[in-house]
Amino acid sequence: MTAPSPGLGGSSPLLVGSGIGRDFTLPRQSLFTPGATRHAVVDASLSVGASESVGLIGESGSGKSTLVRILLALAPASAGTVRFDGRPVTPGRAASLRWFRRQTGVVLQDPYASLDPRMTVEAIVGEPLRALDIAGSHRSLITAMLDRVGLSASMLDRYPHEFSGGQRQRIALARALVHSPRLLVGDEPLSALDVTVRAQILELLATLRDDMGLSLLIVSHDIGLVDHLCDRVAVMQAGRIVEQGATSAVLRSPEHAYTRRLIASVPTLP
Amino acid sequence: MSLIVTGLTVTIGGRTVVDDLSFTVADGERFGLIGESGSGKSLTILSLLGLAPEAAHVTGSAVLDGTELIGLSEEELATIRGNRVGMVFQDPQSALNPLHRIGRQIVEPLRLHGGRNERLSKAELRERAVEAVREVGLPDPESLVDAYPHQLSGGQRQRVGIAIALACRPGLLLADEPTTALDVTTQAEILALFERLVSSRGTSLVFVTHDLAVLSQIADDVAVLSAGHMVERGPVATLLEAPTHPVTRGLVAAARATIWSAS
Repeated sequence: MTAPSPGLGGSSPLLVGSGIGRDFTLPRQSLFTPGATRHAVVDASLSVGASESVGLIGESGSGKSTLVRILLALAPASAGTVRFDGRPVTPGRAASLRWFRRQTGVVLQDPYASLDPRMTVEAIVGEPLRALDIAGSHRSLITAMLDRVGLSASMLDRYPHEFSGGQRQRIALARALVHSPRLLVGDEPLSALDVTVRAQILELLATLRDDMGLSLLIVSHDIGLVDHLCDRVAVMQAGRIVEQGATSAVLRSPEHAYTRRLIASVPTLP
Repeated sequence: MSLIVTGLTVTIGGRTVVDDLSFTVADGERFGLIGESGSGKSLTILSLLGLAPEAAHVTGSAVLDGTELIGLSEEELATIRGNRVGMVFQDPQSALNPLHRIGRQIVEPLRLHGGRNERLSKAELRERAVEAVREVGLPDPESLVDAYPHQLSGGQRQRVGIAIALACRPGLLLADEPTTALDVTTQAEILALFERLVSSRGTSLVFVTHDLAVLSQIADDVAVLSAGHMVERGPVATLLEAPTHPVTRGLVAAARATIWSAS
């Protein structure tokens, strides 16, 4: 790729995906013909600058999650490259990616599914510290992180089932950030939450980002969330990034027909 | 079909989960129930049809066009469910049987309820299924009735769920978060479908959701539930503009804080 990183608003690039493609071979329909190929991601270039927040929107099946899995080296790409801080990121042995894992944290959609019911809060939040061989007092890092997400140290010995959905998502956030990564990736981080809780977690995300100087990559079909949180937004449809740019420009004067249709579908309050 | 609910109370294991709830849904009205998780909104509509968990103890009254629903035997309820009252659930994946073809599932209410007055032949049932699939706007109805649920997308499955709910032309449709599992473009299509089918047939609708923006598009009147109590009721527009109860104010403020607005 010789094209410049698209739309980087001044900040130096942290995570850069260039020309990423991913093909899947579908199950064959007949014994005598090969299975068809699905192009899940086609020539997608997406970058996240230092302390920049980027949203990736599009409907189910548009390739958002596949692209993000590739950017996180959780899945191989059929084409293209991923770099973090200039260093190539390719899926491989866990040890070869430890430097990259130390720089990234992930928070997923469903805090009921993403926390192990048999682990205490301390064990859950401390897991990245153990897995990534982080030096220092784990206990104090865990306590400090819980405090940051609005939970108290008295909860260390409790189990996920004792918490509400919003509290669980705070625990998941603490786990994603306990090792002080530079990039936080959120896959639909608010979708499973109640509306009042959504507002609280949205605010918490913004505060954490500002306090910790985080870069954010938010995957969502929630246009409101992306509008409130992200500097830049990329729109995916059928595996391609059809439009990207400053959030306000893309959402308020969309150029691509698909973006216009997507935005027209969002329910609004009168 | 009108629904008059008076003093509906549901207790589970000594805990009161729905507390003395009263509301009426007029013939052809679109009524919304809104509240946080655990406010009792789903349990309310489930207990109307005897679908609440077995441990639930339901008291009070719910009168559907003159028929008292609370306290009916399972056999009597079975003649009402799917026949006079249709239901659409949140997750179209788990609401459909993965082993049966779409067409069979759509005509199941007809086979169960229609059988007594009109004996439909196989060919007639198939014709009804094709017609129902066409009515909910699914492509290629003739071959779609032979498909299995896994071959459809989430939005298509929810259209099938709506086709099943409306197969017997019920006078009342209960919808429990029917668009929550769908993405926005599909949600918009499904809401439009509800709107079209409900208003063209004069079906009364009870729509349960936690999404004020969705409710403001589909419902005329809204009741706000909190911890099993109805804290406020009124037209959607009034509730949005001048919410009086703190719970409603909280819901409206939270919705406005996270919602998309072009201005």
